[in-house]
Amino acid sequence: MLSLHTIHRVWIPVGFIICLLPMVWILLQIFAVGGLGLSPNPIEEIQDWLGIWGLRLIMMTLTVTPFRWLIRQHWPVRFRRMLGRFAFTYCLAHFLTYVVLDQSFDWSAIIEDITERPYMTIGFAALVLMVPLAITSSHSWRRKLGRRWQILHRLIYVAGIAGCWHFYWQVKKDVTEPLIYIAILTVLLGARVVHQLYARTPTASKERG
Amino acid sequence: MLIKRSTAIKPSEITSEANFLNRRSFLHTASLAGSGLLLGSGCTQADTPADPPFEGRLMGENTTGLELNSLSDIMSYNNFYEFGLSKGDPAKYAGAFKPRPWTVEIAGEAEVTGTFDYGDIVGPHPIQERIYRFRCVEAWSMVIPWNGIPLRDLLRRFKPTSRARYVAFETVYRPSEMPGQRSRVLDFPYLEALTIEEAMHPLTLLVTGLYGIDLPNQNGAPLRLIVPWKYGFKSIKSIVRISFTATMPPTTWSLAGPSEYGFYANVNPEVDHPRWSQARERVIGSGLFSKKQPTLMFNGYAEQVAGLYQGLDLTRNF
Repeated sequence: MLSLHTIHRVWIPVGFIICLLPMVWILLQIFAVGGLGLSPNPIEEIQDWLGIWGLRLIMMTLTVTPFRWLIRQHWPVRFRRMLGRFAFTYCLAHFLTYVVLDQSFDWSAIIEDITERPYMTIGFAALVLMVPLAITSSHSWRRKLGRRWQILHRLIYVAGIAGCWHFYWQVKKDVTEPLIYIAILTVLLGARVVHQLYARTPTASKERG
Repeated sequence: MLIKRSTAIKPSEITSEANFLNRRSFLHTASLAGSGLLLGSGCTQADTPADPPFEGRLMGENTTGLELNSLSDIMSYNNFYEFGLSKGDPAKYAGAFKPRPWTVEIAGEAEVTGTFDYGDIVGPHPIQERIYRFRCVEAWSMVIPWNGIPLRDLLRRFKPTSRARYVAFETVYRPSEMPGQRSRVLDFPYLEALTIEEAMHPLTLLVTGLYGIDLPNQNGAPLRLIVPWKYGFKSIKSIVRISFTATMPPTTWSLAGPSEYGFYANVNPEVDHPRWSQARERVIGSGLFSKKQPTLMFNGYAEQVAGLYQGLDLTRNF
């Protein structure tokens, strides 16, 4: 059994460093450290890297609760906040790469893209949905909002769906990878439906969502 | 006959045969290095055979005012699904491909048909250098110094009849050497086509090399098309068949996505792809902080080709 102390003093910092690794990796590529380098289309590569890790972190955040049910222990929940915040950070960085590097702050082009290209509308929507989640992610906000916090944070389901959809619509031809993410998402959301319908233990009804 | 504007092909861009032959021995050595035997060498994109000491050679001067892409970029950023779906896959996996011996079948509405050796196809024609813009439908672009022969010079040898309204092209089908062809992402072998007027246009080039080296495998060895005023997917690679047809032939991308990829595929900033804008393009090799540049009508070749499309609704015939 992991003690609360070990989790917070050891495993969460370790997890924090692991979550930083994709960011570190791309920075190493950008600054060509140790012979690494980006592709001839560096902006696309950075944008794609940050986006895919944002989506993966959303998936990891959504995996926490079903995983906790599976092993019937509480400790995975301690990592959920950090994973969620990192998911938001990577998605925000993905969007900022688009604004700063890809569009060079061309706001009329950005607005046109977001309003006229469906895959961008849905991607932007996913990011916007995560903003209130990032803001209210702290303990004090959870206390302040009480029951409503639980309901608000279900928006991560919508963000996950929108993110997968954004990925699917953005791919030129080969939809294999987005379909894999959609399949994983279906399992992760499906697990919640199954749990809602079939879990009968007192603990389960307390920990809904 | 050469057209007189700044974006046109300048006489200086077309090296005389004598100059070309002088470079032959250098090019032969270079082509062994440049064509790349990448299989098993564990090459990454940063480790292409175009790394120093060889960086490509122009036959003449670059008087186009366009900045050329490096040979390294040209050989490491490719859409060639026959070798894989990522931009770096063709460089990684094209090493096993054997561009020789090579034959091209000429068929259809022409007086002269048959199967011809690479040497028979290319031999009679002096190689020219053409520095062209290349614009992918994905909204990125390069400037590439192609080596090749005007397609019309080749096609005229086969005497197409008056029934030849279109020219169809086919890529080699060789899944043993082209691992991407084992997937069903596209309906291989890759097919493309042009109208007879487009095929006979002076800008249309049958390409045998680039930057003074034999066409690298990942760029479509040993023979590919370049139609510079159209999106890159029209510029079919590794051609094994050319046929003259009376009716519009099927083309792979318009079969794969008819609402997104059309027969004409003329570069047109005013006609967006259904999912993204075509008004601007990312210039490959321009660096992390460069702005996208505006896309030009017909990729900057409007003066030379707009006449082909008079009366054609370019929004419907995309």
